[in-house]
Amino acid sequence: MTALLSISGVTAFYGAVQALRGVDLEVGKGEIVALIGSNGAGKSTLMMSIFGNPRVRDGKILFDGQDITHMPTHEIARLSIAQSPEGRRIFARMTVFENLQMGAAVAQNVGFDDNLEKVFAIFPRLKERQKQRGGTLSGGEQQMLAIARALMSNPKLLLLDEPSLGLAPLVCKQIFETVKRLNEQEGLSVFLVEQDAHHALKLAHRAYVLVNGAVTMSGRGADLLRDPKVRAAYLEGGAH
Amino acid sequence: MPAEKMLRALREAGWATLVVAGLSFPIIAYRAEPDFNNLLALQPRWPLFLQFCAAAFLLRFFLSLWSGGEAKVKPARVWPKLPWLGPLLLAGLTVYPLAVVALLGPQAALKWIDTYGVQILIYVLLGWGLNITVGLAGLLDLGYAAFYAVGAYAYALLAPLTGLGFWALLPVCGLLAAFWGFCIGFPILRLRGDYLAIVTLAFAEIVRIVLINWDVVTHGEAGLFGFPGLNFFGLPFIPGPRGFAAHFGLPFQGVQKQIFLYYLVLVLALLANLVSLRLRRLPLGRAWEALREDEIACRALGLDTRNIKLTAFALGAFFAGIAGCLFALRQGFVSPSAFTFSESALILAIVVLGGGGSQLGVAVAAVFLVGASELLRELTFLKSVFGPDFDPAQYRMLLVGLAMVAMMNFRPRGLVSTRAPTVRLSNPSSGPSDHLLPQGEKGVAS
Repeated sequence: MTALLSISGVTAFYGAVQALRGVDLEVGKGEIVALIGSNGAGKSTLMMSIFGNPRVRDGKILFDGQDITHMPTHEIARLSIAQSPEGRRIFARMTVFENLQMGAAVAQNVGFDDNLEKVFAIFPRLKERQKQRGGTLSGGEQQMLAIARALMSNPKLLLLDEPSLGLAPLVCKQIFETVKRLNEQEGLSVFLVEQDAHHALKLAHRAYVLVNGAVTMSGRGADLLRDPKVRAAYLEGGAH
Repeated sequence: MPAEKMLRALREAGWATLVVAGLSFPIIAYRAEPDFNNLLALQPRWPLFLQFCAAAFLLRFFLSLWSGGEAKVKPARVWPKLPWLGPLLLAGLTVYPLAVVALLGPQAALKWIDTYGVQILIYVLLGWGLNITVGLAGLLDLGYAAFYAVGAYAYALLAPLTGLGFWALLPVCGLLAAFWGFCIGFPILRLRGDYLAIVTLAFAEIVRIVLINWDVVTHGEAGLFGFPGLNFFGLPFIPGPRGFAAHFGLPFQGVQKQIFLYYLVLVLALLANLVSLRLRRLPLGRAWEALREDEIACRALGLDTRNIKLTAFALGAFFAGIAGCLFALRQGFVSPSAFTFSESALILAIVVLGGGGSQLGVAVAAVFLVGASELLRELTFLKSVFGPDFDPAQYRMLLVGLAMVAMMNFRPRGLVSTRAPTVRLSNPSSGPSDHLLPQGEKGVAS
């Protein structure tokens, strides 16, 4: 299996505070990889540092064999990596359709109609609401929009940051099923950052556990799900 | 229920009175005046103070009583499309100067075309320009008057120096202002919101102070005058055989120049409008709006926020430069006092009052704010009510404040809402988008 995204020895700082302490991680082609960990472990920091915000201090990030460690954010986004950021960050005062247009900005509108049709087929709800403002959608629909917007650029790798944030369990399940389908049918590689360890580990082929800015465990999703340490720290006593 | 309602109105009025009393105590209850020894003495003005409190009490009381206090959910109302509105306004604006001349004669019409026509249209142009930066791209610019000044001074300095006419210099003024927009845009790209506003404010002050102190070039406070004025494609507006009037066999009238300037400003303002409307449908305009909504999301989607910000700044500045050139042509005189902070504030007020992003709203706000403050000067009959010392023009800022308060109360999204959504609720504060905007999630770093 060739690595699509490979992160090696990455450190990152917020001022004097070290958020990442030498993280090594790989996402292979056609793989769903989850990163789990508690609040403040550095999950979102790692995800954002792939996009250069914050910049990593040491280490290397390769995408498809190309070194993207020091590339400007918008140029990284043009390399068929798409991101559905934490908190969704949809354009609230623009319509659903316009949000999707913005997602296609990178692709210079190449294959816009095909992508739109594809995205509407995955999320029929968005088709119904395409003329509505993004801010008037429900939380789940906004998450769908954020993912759909990311898919508009026809990415090879989709970065999903906390897609379950603030969503009802049922909606959350729907989103995860959609991600799974995208992976199986389209061969989309997915790197998922999630607090909801149970669902994330069930979905992912492989997973990493991040504690205090360093990877402490990694393995197949199903194996980690059964691991007593993981169960104790992230699963039992939780909602699931 | 009426008793309960009355009680609540009384309570609200009581609170309002308390606030007014607290605010007006230091300003109104005592007035500092020099006494015979030229020392400042406090002169009590308690009756006036009481009048203010009473006015606040009554106003709030009746407002509370009348509005009922409880938010009523009104049925959704779809705003009608008014396809005839644009052409109608355009026709009205085209006929306006000729109609005024026909009605009042060429002498009396001068004021109505110049002050109420040209001046307001220049502010409409400024408003539409700033609307690109503030309304569309969401970059709060408190120093817009700086670019306005660049345009005006560029014309006043270059016209005598180069001997070029205003047709050639008009784009030059715009480009110079855009160049400065670009220059100021570069270092402040990383700034957002309040910080950006402060830097633009400082930039405008720097420009103004340079204009005051760079005597050799700008003649300081005295300003520049005597530069070539307007001409009609080479024909100057002067009496005599070589003038515009003689060439077309018309009797010479001073108002001809104003009428020409009016149409010139009108055409340029409409051009600015056209450009912003077209751009909004193009990827660049969409990118501006996306930038206003969420910068981080923009970057994650592969948009080069640096270029987007710079174009928004430069294009807004370009129109300010054009407006500055027109200002110089209208006044025949430029001085730093025309480009103070209050000028930037006025233009920003026009944009905000118009509802950031809306073209028609900005135009209406310009007419209201500039036109009304000019009209204040006309209200000389008020002198007979308030005494000979009363100068209604001094109450301009009060008017701006009242307009802002009224807007926040009745139309919090501006006079005309920006982006027409499919369904619009008539009570904007209960609109769904207000509740569902992910406010709490914005600005979360990590």
